[in-house]
Amino acid sequence: MKRRKFIGMLAGAGACLAASSASAGGTHHFTGYPESFGVLFDSTKCIGCRKCEAACNKVNELPAQPVPFDDLTVMDKRRRTHHDTFTVVNKYAVGDKPVYRKQQCNHCLEPACASACFVGAFKKDKTGAVSYDASKCVGCRYCMIACPFEIPTYEYHDPVTPRVRKCTMCQPRIEEGKLPGCVEDCPKGALVFGRREDLLGIARERIRKHPDTYINHIYGENEMGGTSWLYISGAPFSQIGLREDLGITPAPQFTSGPLGVVPAIVGLWPVFLTGAYALTKRKEKISEEEQHHAVAEAVADAQAEAAKKLKAAMDKAERDKQAAVDREVKKALKDAEEARKKEAEAADAGEQ
Amino acid sequence: MSHHTTPDKKFWTPANILTAIILAVGLVLTVKRFTMGIGSVTNLTDDNPWGIWIGFDLLCGVALAAGGYTTSAAVYLFGMKKYHSAVRPAITTAFLGYAFVVFALLYDLGRYYRLPYPLTIYPGPTSFLFEVGLCVALYLTVLAIEFSPAVWETLRWKKMRHYAHSLTLVLTIFGVILSTLHQSSLGGLYLIAPSKLHPLWYSPYLALFFFVSSIPAGLSMVIFEGGLSHKFLHHKMDQTHIDEAPGVTLGFAKAAAVVLFGYFNLKWIGVAIDDNWHYLATGWGAWFLVEVIGFVLVPCLMYAVAAREKNQKLAFWASIVTVLGIVLNRLNISLVAFNWQLPSEFRYVPAWEEIMITVFIVTLEITVLRFCLSKLPILHEHPEFKEAH
Repeated sequence: MKRRKFIGMLAGAGACLAASSASAGGTHHFTGYPESFGVLFDSTKCIGCRKCEAACNKVNELPAQPVPFDDLTVMDKRRRTHHDTFTVVNKYAVGDKPVYRKQQCNHCLEPACASACFVGAFKKDKTGAVSYDASKCVGCRYCMIACPFEIPTYEYHDPVTPRVRKCTMCQPRIEEGKLPGCVEDCPKGALVFGRREDLLGIARERIRKHPDTYINHIYGENEMGGTSWLYISGAPFSQIGLREDLGITPAPQFTSGPLGVVPAIVGLWPVFLTGAYALTKRKEKISEEEQHHAVAEAVADAQAEAAKKLKAAMDKAERDKQAAVDREVKKALKDAEEARKKEAEAADAGEQ
Repeated sequence: MSHHTTPDKKFWTPANILTAIILAVGLVLTVKRFTMGIGSVTNLTDDNPWGIWIGFDLLCGVALAAGGYTTSAAVYLFGMKKYHSAVRPAITTAFLGYAFVVFALLYDLGRYYRLPYPLTIYPGPTSFLFEVGLCVALYLTVLAIEFSPAVWETLRWKKMRHYAHSLTLVLTIFGVILSTLHQSSLGGLYLIAPSKLHPLWYSPYLALFFFVSSIPAGLSMVIFEGGLSHKFLHHKMDQTHIDEAPGVTLGFAKAAAVVLFGYFNLKWIGVAIDDNWHYLATGWGAWFLVEVIGFVLVPCLMYAVAAREKNQKLAFWASIVTVLGIVLNRLNISLVAFNWQLPSEFRYVPAWEEIMITVFIVTLEITVLRFCLSKLPILHEHPEFKEAH
C-alpha cells in the first residue's frame, strides 16, 4: 500500500525516521482504493433475526456461544463485539417501534488502528478490508484506544499469544469470489455487498426514491474520512448507536501534524543546545578572563602601591638619615663650639 | 560521610517487613499474570484497553523521571555549576525510573517478548507509540551510560569511568532531544482519539503540554527526593552535597515556579483554541479547575514565595503538590476523562491485583534506589575520584 509516507526515526547522532508503507502523516487526502468493496446496511430492512451473527460465527470458526443465535432476548441489553463475536445486532427504541442496527468493524478508508499501530500489524487492503496480522502484534492495544468506533477486541485471558480480534470483512471469502458470511445469510436484504462507489449510488437512489423513509445522510460516506461499511436509516444515527460527532477528519490527520514536528526537534535542538553550551562556555571564559584581568590589575595596583610605599619609606629613611647626620654634625659643631668656649674661658681665667 | 553500612543496624525494621510482604504478594501476582493472562489480574475490557499500568506506571513514571534531563541540562549545558551535586542523584532516579517503566510495560503488553519488534522487525513510524518506544529505548541507553561512572568508581575501573565521563556533553544534548520527543509523544498518544477524551483535556497541544509539564515534574522530583535524602540519608552525604542542597532546592523552586506559570497559561490557550469555555460550567469543568488551579497555579505560587523568601520547607511542600498534580493530570487524561461518554457501568475501575502490581513495581524500584544510594557514590564523591569532575 502506497498511501502515505512518513519519515520518522532519529538519525545520525540519534535517530532517523524510517520510511514505511502503511502510514499516515503525508499531506494528501486518501479517498480509498478505487475498486474496493464495502457493505451497505439498511436499518429499515433489518428485523433483528441474528442470522448474520450466526453466519459470522460459522465462517470465522468462532467458539460456540452460550446463548443460541435464535434467542432474541439478548437484544434487550446493549452489546458490543468481543474476541469471539465479530458482529452484534442491537435493538434501539426509536419512537414506539424497535430499530435494529448491526455493528462490526467499519473498515475505515484511513483506519485509526493502522495509523496507531507501532508495528504495522493493520493494513487497509485493496479489497477494502482492514486486515490484522497477529504475527506482528506486540499486544499494546493502542489500536483499541485509537478506534473511534470501539471495534477491536482483545483476548485478555490468553497468557502467551493473545490476539486482537475484529471483523475481517471476510477478506479470504471475497478473494475467493464469495460474499461475506453475514451478507450471504441475511434473509431480508438488509445487507448489500458491492463496490463502495456502487453502494453509494444504491444508497442515494433509495433515499431519493423514499425521502419519507430515510434520513438524507449516508453514514460512513465521510465519517472519519469515510468507511467501507455504509449505513442508511430512517432513525437518526445517534439514536441507533452511531456517533454523529466524529467529524470527517481521517484519524491519521490528528497525529500527522504533531509527528511532523519530530524532524524539526531533531534538527533544531542540537543546534540550540550546542549554542547554549557554547554561550555558557564563552560566558565562563569571559568571566575567567575578566577575573584574571582583575587579579592582574589588583596585583599591579598592589605592586605600585608597595613600590610607592617603599619609595616613601626609603625617602623617609634617607631624610631621617640626613637629619641624623645633620643632627650629629650640628651636635658635633655645638660640642666643638662649647669646648672652644670652655677653652677660651679657661684661658681667660688663667690670664687673670 | 562514611559510605559503609553500620553492621549493628537491624535488618527487619517495620519498613523492611512491609517491603518484604509487598514483594511477596507481587511475585505471586506476577506468576498469575504470566500464566493466566492479563485478564486474570486486571479489570481491563474491550472498551478500556489501558488501565493504571499505562496511566500510572508509564505516563507518570516517565514524567517523574524527568529530573535526569532537566538537572543535567541545567548543569552541563547552561553552566549552573552550583547544582552539580544534584546531577548524580537525579540521573540515578531517572535511570531506575525508566528501567522500571520498561519493566512495568512487560506486564501490560500481551506479547511482552516482542517488545523490540517496533525497533527492529516492523517499524510503524506513523504511530506516536513508535516514537515513545524508540526514544525510551535510546534514552534508557543514554541514562545507563550517564549512570555508569558511579559503578565504575565503586569497581575502581578508571578507564571505563574516563570513557563514560568523556561522553557527558554529547549524552546530555542527546538526552534533552530524546526527552523532548518522548515526553511530548506520551501526550501525542491521545491525539488520535478526540472522540474519546473530554474536550477540556483533549487539545491539539497535548504533546506540548506533556513536554512543558515534564520540566516542573522533573525539578519537583529533584527537590522532593533531595528533601527525603536529607532526612533519611544524611549520613551518606558529603559536605559538598550538604552545602549545595539549599541552593539546589531554592534554585529549582524558582525555575519550577516560572515553568509552572507558563504551563498554567498554556492550559488556558488549550481551552481557548477550541472554544471549550462552556464546559467549565459542568462537573467536568470543576474537576478541570481543581487540576489547573489547585495543582498548577497553587504550587506555582508556593514555589515563587519559597524562592523569594528562601523557605526550603515551603519548596518541599510545593514539590509534593506539583508531583501530585502531574499524577492527577496524567490519570485524568488516560483514565478519568478518557471514555467520558461511556455509560458508568462500562467505565474502568482498576482491580486490586492491578493496583498491587503497580505498588509492587514502585516498591521494587524504591528498594533498588535505596540500595544504590547506600552502596554507590551518589550522595557523596568517591574519595579516589574527587576533583575529577
